[in-house]
Amino acid sequence: MNRFLKLLFRNRLAAMGFVVLGLILLAVILTPILPLQDPYTTELGARFKGPFEDGHILGTDHLGRDQLSRLLWGTQLSLMVGFAAALMAAAIGSTIGVIAGYFGGRVDNVIMRAVDIVMAFPYILLALAIVAALGPGLLNALIAIAAVNVPFFARNIRGIVVTLAGREFVDAARLSGMSNTRIIITEIVPNVLPVIVIAMSTTIGWMILETAGLSFLGLGSQPPQADLGSMLGEARAALITHPFTSVVPGVMIFLIVMSINLLGDGVRDALDPRLKSGALSRPLPVTTVKRDGPIPAETDDLLAVQDLHTQFHAGNRVFRAVGGVSLSVRPGECLGVIGESGSGKSVTALSITRLVASPPGIITGGAVRFQGRDMIGASYEDLRQIRGDKVAYIFQDPLSTLHPLYRIGEQLAEAIRVHHKVGKEDLRQRAIALLKDVRIPNAESRIDTYPHEMSGGMRQRVGIAMALANEPEVIIADEPTTALDVTVQAQILALLNDLRQEKGLAIVFITHDFGVVAQLCDRVAVMYAGRIVETGPTGQILDTPAHPYTKRLIACVPELGQGKRVLAAIPGLPPVVDDLPPGCAFAPRCDKAQPACSERDIPLAGQAPRAVRCIYPEEAV
Amino acid sequence: MVALDVENLSKTFPRARPLFGAAPPGVRAVRPMSFDVEHGETLGIVGESGCGKSTLARMLVGLLAPSEGEIQIDGQSPGKGDPAEFGKLIQYVFQDPNSSLNPRKTIKQVMEAPLKHLYQMPSAQRDDRIREIFATVSLRESFLERYPHEFSGGQAQRIGIARALAADPRIIVLDEPVSALDVSVQAQVLNLLADLKTRLGLTYLFISHDLAVVEAVSDRVMVLYFGSVVEIGRADSIFAHPRHPYTKLLADSAPVVGRPLTAPEQKGTELPDPLDPPPGCAFAGRCPKATDICRTDEPELRDMGEDQRAACHHPIDP
Repeated sequence: MNRFLKLLFRNRLAAMGFVVLGLILLAVILTPILPLQDPYTTELGARFKGPFEDGHILGTDHLGRDQLSRLLWGTQLSLMVGFAAALMAAAIGSTIGVIAGYFGGRVDNVIMRAVDIVMAFPYILLALAIVAALGPGLLNALIAIAAVNVPFFARNIRGIVVTLAGREFVDAARLSGMSNTRIIITEIVPNVLPVIVIAMSTTIGWMILETAGLSFLGLGSQPPQADLGSMLGEARAALITHPFTSVVPGVMIFLIVMSINLLGDGVRDALDPRLKSGALSRPLPVTTVKRDGPIPAETDDLLAVQDLHTQFHAGNRVFRAVGGVSLSVRPGECLGVIGESGSGKSVTALSITRLVASPPGIITGGAVRFQGRDMIGASYEDLRQIRGDKVAYIFQDPLSTLHPLYRIGEQLAEAIRVHHKVGKEDLRQRAIALLKDVRIPNAESRIDTYPHEMSGGMRQRVGIAMALANEPEVIIADEPTTALDVTVQAQILALLNDLRQEKGLAIVFITHDFGVVAQLCDRVAVMYAGRIVETGPTGQILDTPAHPYTKRLIACVPELGQGKRVLAAIPGLPPVVDDLPPGCAFAPRCDKAQPACSERDIPLAGQAPRAVRCIYPEEAV
Repeated sequence: MVALDVENLSKTFPRARPLFGAAPPGVRAVRPMSFDVEHGETLGIVGESGCGKSTLARMLVGLLAPSEGEIQIDGQSPGKGDPAEFGKLIQYVFQDPNSSLNPRKTIKQVMEAPLKHLYQMPSAQRDDRIREIFATVSLRESFLERYPHEFSGGQAQRIGIARALAADPRIIVLDEPVSALDVSVQAQVLNLLADLKTRLGLTYLFISHDLAVVEAVSDRVMVLYFGSVVEIGRADSIFAHPRHPYTKLLADSAPVVGRPLTAPEQKGTELPDPLDPPPGCAFAGRCPKATDICRTDEPELRDMGEDQRAACHHPIDP
């Protein structure tokens, strides 16, 4: 709750709305006990008094009634009616939406078509028709306004419920023997309640305005009782001669609707789960760099990551996602980076061309050198020249990396055009050649398809084609086959291997699968809690792992052809990187751990090409 | 004794009727299939995306009404597509542990639901039972008052397993129960499942795309392709001696340490189109041994040596 308020008031307009609305509400609540004049006492001798005349702070109206008193009582009425209408519309509309969304099929079809018909009428006309049928009066106006707003809630809530009803926890509830009614009440409604509240907070101002409109036309509150709309309506006759009488209720309507809308928008943003993690603050095009230590010297590798530190700052917590990682690749070489989720392998990969989202990411130390040049210190323009041209990425999910609205040929062409000036026809030929390179059948016709028309394997081939578009020197592949079926995975891996041999590509291959590493990679680096714990040639590491973590990780992955058996699980969970234990991060889960393991920092040591970060290794390296 | 007996089970999803003309033929997600599972057995079900394994699983637990066919559990046939009736006999463990728990309910509320609604158990008894189940799956009781988002994937999956156990079922369908988990946690959960099976005398249907995991936990394995069973046999021999070319392709594609990298299938082939299924064997288009008969006649599942059945006109020699 505190967090919600903090987020809400970070939005200055919402805070302003909150203050204005708060003052209005306070005045309205205090109205019955304030020393106000009677709002109904007419005094024809004191018509149209200006402000502060004869003790009338806001003057008098055409019947000599005190404007301040009428304003406050009218505001109270308008707010109550608007709130009641919003509540009614939300209750009825949400019920309809929940039922339509949950049951789906024919029920949904019938209900939603009826809602569509209601929406087809201009709302004010519909409201007028309802009032005309029921007769004028504030209650009837309220019913009319609620009725015309029901479709808005019904449609919004239905959309949410359709996705909720397909969620696995609803299936689980069914299997627990719950009835449909109970599932709706206990599983669905609690999850849509925040959405209903948000929808209400953004529409309540609108409903106050609509009620005022009906009253203005004389269809709402009836004299002598007045809400803001009817005050405005009565003042209309004297609009030219005594404009002040219209200004008073007009300004009040403006203030109420404005403050409610600003506050409503603020509430909506503050309740948005994406905002809580700071994601709505748009990340910078490059990761922020704050390096204190010395910058490591140049090497002759094609790509070298040198003592890289990347952190995430969230509130008061600092997550050391990458805590001093050094890697390097030469042309034609494939380096495997293996680790579990949270081990920092993806953040390392993204840090190479400074693609880590900032905020909250910050690179706090080390260097990344491509052909000797430091990319951590490079300007945005220089980085842009390298990204996608010399260093390209392949990501895990090709469906989310390809733009759904552009044909794949256009996307491939764009990837080339960004870096090279090429004519339109050449671009197309080049794109076709790329699709052929990644063995997509019928490349000439496939080039004009959209991503959703392709299978997962084909999309990933397009992802690879895009990475190859500018003949990069290094490809960084972040779990490129994890989302694919095994037969497709085998094809993609073979393809990457062929490309590496044909074009002398260096590949950094990030994965959690030892089988994949064994087949594709020359060398492998094993990561745990943001650091490399072991590195060396793939064959040696798989045959004689030196770090207990590597050994046990290999042991707990079943391998085809070994039959039914009990797996050697590693107890416990990987640590969270905002509170790492001193010394070896794996020590709490390690059966070989000694007190010395948790005393001081353990260096990555050993004879090249192998190295291990352990003082009691399984094998001396 | 047979725990689960499936006869000619199939599911066809109807397609929308066009404005004019007759409705097109539906999508046959699961073609008529029959199999049974013994008490205490683990039947592995493997296949790639779109092979119908999830549709099959949903029918088995009653979340989806079958188009045709019979499901018998322990000699009883629960009504068509009534999860409450199925719930006491067969339960389901979902792939994504976090989305299978309602984010707005405490773990205690989640755990109570099957006891309350399937068994109408009074409150005091429920607490005892939940404590007992939590001890069985080694979860701390302090978790009961917490909300799902506070748990890691491995813990959430344990809670999912605990919930399935609360219904006291004979059979549990495990739908990719470890594929969302990290490898070091995966082994913990697989071992827990094996342990529960022996202690509680359960029968498992283990669905996965990971052949190595399936082989490690199953007694028998059933291979699905395009909605049909193409091969079924003992876990220790089916991948080593496949009779159906598709099983062989799967086994050859799995990345194995020490095996050189070769694409077992060089052509850029794709799965057949479910909206326009090919006649004959659905695998014919990708099969190196396919002949004319494969493109016209759908092969039947038939015995191929000891404990192994395959649906193929030209089975691979053992």
